[in-house]
Amino acid sequence: MNNNVNVKPDKKYVLLRLWNYLYHYKWNLLLVFILSLLSNVLALIGPKLAGDAIDAIGIVPGQVQFNKVFIYIFFMLIFYILSSCLLYILSVVMIKLSRKVTYKMRKDLFDKLTTLPVGFFDKTQTGEIVSRISYDIDTVNASLSHDLLQVSTSAITVIGSLIMMIIISPLMVTIFLLTIPCSILFTKYMTKKVRPLYRKRSANLGELNGYAEEVISGQKTIKAYHQEESIIERFEKRNNNAVEAYFKADYYGSTTGPGVNFINNLSLSLVSVFGALLFLFGKITPGNLSSFVLYSRKFSGPINEMANIISELQSALAAAVRMFKMIDEVPEPADSIDAKALNNVEGNVEFKNVDFGYVPNKQIIKNLNLKVQQGGLIAIVGPTGAGKTTIINLLMRFYDPQNGYIYVDDNDIMKITRKSLRRAYTMVLQDTWLFTGTIFENIAYVKKDATLEEVIGVCKVAKIHSFITQLPNGYNTVINEDGMNISKGQKQMLTIARAMLVDSKMLIFDEATSNVDTRTEQQIQEAMIQLMQGKTCFVIAHRLSTVKNADIILVVKDGHIIEQGKHDELLQKNGFYTGLFNSQYE
Amino acid sequence: MKKYFEYIKPQIPKMSFGLFIKFIGTIMDLLLPWILAFMIDDVVPTKNKSNIIFWGCMMVLFSILAVTANIVANRMASRVAMNTTQKIRYDLFKKILYLSCKQIDDFTIPSLESRLTTDTYNLHQMTGSMQRLGVRAPILLIGGIIITLSLDPILSLTLISVLPIIGYTVYKISKKGIPLYTEQQKATDNMVRVVRENAVGVRIIRALSKSDFEQQRFDSVNNEVTGKETKASVIMAISNPLMNLFFYLGLTMVILVGAFRVNSGFTQAGTIIAFLTYFTIILNAMLSITRMFVMLSKAIASAKRINEVLTAEEDLKMYPIDHVDNDYHIEFNNVSFSYNKKQNNVDDISFKLKKGETLGIIGATGCGKSTIINLLIRFYDPDKGQIRINGDNINSIPFNKLHSKFGIVFQNDILFADSIGENISFGRKLPNEEIEKAAEFAQAKLFIDDLEEGYSYNLTSKGTNISGGQKQRLLISRAIASNPEILILDDSSSALDYKTDAEFRKVLLNNYKDTTTIIIAQRISSIRNADLIIVMDEGKIIVMGKHSDLIKDCTLYKQISDSQMGEKQYE
Repeated sequence: MNNNVNVKPDKKYVLLRLWNYLYHYKWNLLLVFILSLLSNVLALIGPKLAGDAIDAIGIVPGQVQFNKVFIYIFFMLIFYILSSCLLYILSVVMIKLSRKVTYKMRKDLFDKLTTLPVGFFDKTQTGEIVSRISYDIDTVNASLSHDLLQVSTSAITVIGSLIMMIIISPLMVTIFLLTIPCSILFTKYMTKKVRPLYRKRSANLGELNGYAEEVISGQKTIKAYHQEESIIERFEKRNNNAVEAYFKADYYGSTTGPGVNFINNLSLSLVSVFGALLFLFGKITPGNLSSFVLYSRKFSGPINEMANIISELQSALAAAVRMFKMIDEVPEPADSIDAKALNNVEGNVEFKNVDFGYVPNKQIIKNLNLKVQQGGLIAIVGPTGAGKTTIINLLMRFYDPQNGYIYVDDNDIMKITRKSLRRAYTMVLQDTWLFTGTIFENIAYVKKDATLEEVIGVCKVAKIHSFITQLPNGYNTVINEDGMNISKGQKQMLTIARAMLVDSKMLIFDEATSNVDTRTEQQIQEAMIQLMQGKTCFVIAHRLSTVKNADIILVVKDGHIIEQGKHDELLQKNGFYTGLFNSQYE
Repeated sequence: MKKYFEYIKPQIPKMSFGLFIKFIGTIMDLLLPWILAFMIDDVVPTKNKSNIIFWGCMMVLFSILAVTANIVANRMASRVAMNTTQKIRYDLFKKILYLSCKQIDDFTIPSLESRLTTDTYNLHQMTGSMQRLGVRAPILLIGGIIITLSLDPILSLTLISVLPIIGYTVYKISKKGIPLYTEQQKATDNMVRVVRENAVGVRIIRALSKSDFEQQRFDSVNNEVTGKETKASVIMAISNPLMNLFFYLGLTMVILVGAFRVNSGFTQAGTIIAFLTYFTIILNAMLSITRMFVMLSKAIASAKRINEVLTAEEDLKMYPIDHVDNDYHIEFNNVSFSYNKKQNNVDDISFKLKKGETLGIIGATGCGKSTIINLLIRFYDPDKGQIRINGDNINSIPFNKLHSKFGIVFQNDILFADSIGENISFGRKLPNEEIEKAAEFAQAKLFIDDLEEGYSYNLTSKGTNISGGQKQRLLISRAIASNPEILILDDSSSALDYKTDAEFRKVLLNNYKDTTTIIIAQRISSIRNADLIIVMDEGKIIVMGKHSDLIKDCTLYKQISDSQMGEKQYE
């Protein structure tokens, strides 16, 4: 119950929001409620009818009242058939309802994702997002559709059975005053004891899985250093932990079933003794005794299940909290009210006294001033991990500067709509991003209604056309996730072709060639030069030969811009850039 | 499955004892309703109160016996399951580590991982549940049927006639439903893929303002998932009401037939009441057995997958000693090799290196550079030709001796979730001085000293908590830490900037004079000082020689060189 503590503050609020999702489909919900009420009431009448039938049979041979028995049996059949039909209809309605809710939750969450700032994706692991939108939403819905239904029908069953039992024999009901608290206390105690053990079991298993993944993917390294033995030793420890945790959870967990069974058996024994005694004094008929036994089973069933349901509801609630937290993330701030669309871009960019840091008290860019004319080439160089992409993040407004201004064609970019600003740039990044779809779809992605001719046109310029035509399905070849059918270099050429289809005046290249071999790089570079013509270009590069002709070179180190100028000027300074440049010939 | 029983075998005495206890507990459970019938039909008519109380106490006693026996047996079952799983998983892991690279390629890494985790987990579950349910359910089923038969054979047959119908229905529905779940799983994978693509490509999507388009794309996969989910659930949802219906139909039949039997004096009302209780027990047992079959079929599939790995034969054999006397350290003689045995990945490779020399290999991606390394450390055996180290054919050198010669940094090499020091030492129990010296030479010292915990700083799995350049420096430290006879660097400098790379090469030259080095690189600058440079293309050696010769004679080499270094080299 400890994990409950941090959930509690917004528990009511979370329930309210969940309820809002359900309330959206209130007629469906009402139907579910009515159906479950009906089918349960029908099912409750069954045992009573069976008891009446047994009484009609009586205990004396030759005196069975057959016409009565037939009538009861007839009614039993009707009731059971009706109840089963209702049960099925109920499940279908419930499934449909849950489908609608799941769909809406996923849609809400995904739509939210499309408005979140880029920084969110930098901070949040992809796996986490995926598990929110698949696993957590599934958990919430399984619980909503299954547990909620079960709780509501159980309540009806419990109350109904109790009423029926009281009608048959109020005296015998007192037995349950003894056994029901026992079984509630027992299950409650067990869940409390077992839950942390189960949690530990999944944690240990998770650790084992993590280790197995790490080691198996690093197998070549282990083999090369001949370290199999020492790795096995470590694995053994984790393996032992995992199976032991499983055992411990099982050790206590497997007590619950027999324990609950025991309490049921105890009730049955008590009911038998009391029933027999009452029968002896003529206070109960055998038929009623039979009905009572059947009702008592119906009665204790849901109560035994209650503990399970409560723990499931709790995990669903925790999942809902996680889900809503993501839905509540702050989206990119809206464009300012007087924001206007950027039209007819020429490509002049200016940084004026720009300060920026990802965390407020750790400034990365200090007082950056920079002026680029239309068609200019700005190179950003520096060691890996030095923060070269920060400038790109600011240009595209993935992040906003803390102080200072950035202008495009003399427009403060804070006063331009994000959409038009971003459309003014074309980006080619180190991580080639293609989605699962055909080559045509991937290239045409950037331009609505692009024709095949246009796509072929840019592919020819990017020198990838002949490769595509050699593929079995040409432009309709599907690029799949691992992209086994196409190499890294070719992927990069596709993204360049895609970039060519965008008619923008400014261009961003982020280490576009660092992942490919030299021959492919040459080809890519030719394509790049084609693309760069007449555009303002920002190029991040680690091969310095490509940036010598830049109008301005920014040298970044440890997140700071330490030098700035033309190639020759920087060489004369004999500073960091000079070292960087010379080292490639050593 | 046969292999699985070998693992179960040592546990048989313990298991049999547990199963025996389980048997007793289950019989106790079964006797209770029987006593109930006995009380109503035979004890009550005698009007003997103390007799009623006595049988009541017997019921309580039996209940206590049942719960004790069941709990004890369950715990024993858990222990058996634990011991078996631990052993299976250990052996499986060990086997996986010693599989040859070819075998790993064939199985694939994700598949091995899931065999080691999901499949052993399934077995664990099955071993436990089968002991618990495997005895209980059949006994409840058979015992229930026998007792009802003894109570009243005719009523019993009425009841039993419903069981096959229920079993058949559940089977049919599951058979139809389960493939639908597989389809739903596929649809879910699609959905996850779209989310993943969106998270990874967020910059491009935002730059192009394609959010609306992506929302539509997600909408269609979302629709597909929920649709498939609904389809599967709607079919599976039939089974519950239908079973309910059959169950109650059977119950009604028992009462109807019972009415006739009571009228003819063949049976009594108490028997009918007991019947209704037994009916519940028998039905539950049926359900358990169906569940067991699902679990068993899952476990059999898992056992098969585990077995495939465990029985994989060793495919890299030790050959008799094959030695030639010469003064070459490393020698490739007409080596050819193909991964898929169709198209050669390296073709007729020959070169010789003396001790302390450096070899540089350059060429396009996929031209076979890394394959040469894989053959040299004998991850694979060549299809043709020999590879020798110090004149010994490497297929005659024991693996522990062969592998202790190398220090290697692979392409995409990995670091483990452990301290920096342990990552460098990597199980070889190297003294601290050597670790620190290696770190210094690999220029990792600076950033390690900057860390508060220094060498005991714990890395996350795959070293995600340090930068790419730092990772590379640690990998290099690991490779040079043992003062290896042969140092192999497979594209290990691409994450280093030129400056660090250059300094590291200077260190190698000065401090590792006796170490024979093989450098695979994309950058000419990394290999230009090598004693021998091999230019490769499509698995073949195009040309071999020193930088100064190649720049004159080989146009491809010159092209690459020009594009990377500009014309400065001629200045």
